[in-house]
Amino acid sequence: MMSRTGLVILEEDHANFIAVLEELLEESNAKFVFLLDKNGQQIARTGDLGDGDPTALASLAAGNVAATEGLAQLIGETEFSTLFHEGEKDSLHISLISNKIILLVIFDEHSSLGLVRLRVKQHLKELAGVVNVVLTRDNGGSASLTAAALGDITDEDIDALFG
Amino acid sequence: MTFINYAAREINCKIVYYGPGLGGKTTNIQWIHQKTREESKGKLISLATETDRTLFFDFLPIELGTIRGFKTRFHLYTVPGQVFYDASRRLILKGVDGVVFVADSQEMRRDANVEAIDNLRINLNDNGYDLTELPYVLQFNKRDLPGAMAADEMTQELRLREEPIFEAVATRGDGVFDTLKSIIKLVLADLRKR
Repeated sequence: MMSRTGLVILEEDHANFIAVLEELLEESNAKFVFLLDKNGQQIARTGDLGDGDPTALASLAAGNVAATEGLAQLIGETEFSTLFHEGEKDSLHISLISNKIILLVIFDEHSSLGLVRLRVKQHLKELAGVVNVVLTRDNGGSASLTAAALGDITDEDIDALFG
Repeated sequence: MTFINYAAREINCKIVYYGPGLGGKTTNIQWIHQKTREESKGKLISLATETDRTLFFDFLPIELGTIRGFKTRFHLYTVPGQVFYDASRRLILKGVDGVVFVADSQEMRRDANVEAIDNLRINLNDNGYDLTELPYVLQFNKRDLPGAMAADEMTQELRLREEPIFEAVATRGDGVFDTLKSIIKLVLADLRKR
């Protein structure tokens, strides 16, 4: 059975992700850069989403990736590593990192698909490095981190959540 | 798969409402959305067909409060119940922390309930999970309908282990929050054990 221990992002991971995302945002002239896991959980983001709801965006992007992956498998591919949705004003570029993490870039006419694709490619290795640190630690240490965070939660704490 | 973000001090868990078509999964989520305080809920997203049948999923994020300095967030998903959307159901179960099975109490849906639980077991296995170990709650919905089966009979047919059972009428909210509270408690207790 697969381990049900989840993904754990430490503060230093978050800082490392943000550093790369900020570079990517600037160099690609994009509006918003977003990192999430394949289940739609948000990891890090930078830029301006306007009135957009990041939680909804994350869930739909993950659903989009999951559905596309299902399509890929139907025609004998493992995955489509990049997705692109072109809008009238804003467009979406989605790519997979280490087959676990989703990188989503929103850009408008101040950038172009070619530029976004190039900059994403240039930063993918760096991001994969940080992702691998998280995933490798996940194999061994995240259970104890989870226990450290939650081990002393009592039934009363849980009851108190419901007011 | 629980997601713990130390940077944002958040614990995020995924709960999936599963069950046969037209059993009331979406109605459960809509009731929760309707009755949850504005500041504790996000946007309800429904990917539905033109006739309001769930096509891919409904999604509702809710936030419950803080334990030990961590915000607790739950992402509630429903699956499409119709038999031919099986591939979508399998996708939505990825990374699940707990499942609510919404059974339809009507006699004529007896076989559909049994088939849907078997389908849940198979799809969980395909994703590397075991239904006998996962936090799991059973809800008997539509208790108000004249053709509703006796709860004892449904228990005998559908209960897999010692999972909590709730009787519900989701259209008027009966049993909806009891079911939700129960699965959340099981998920958090399971996290604590790991």
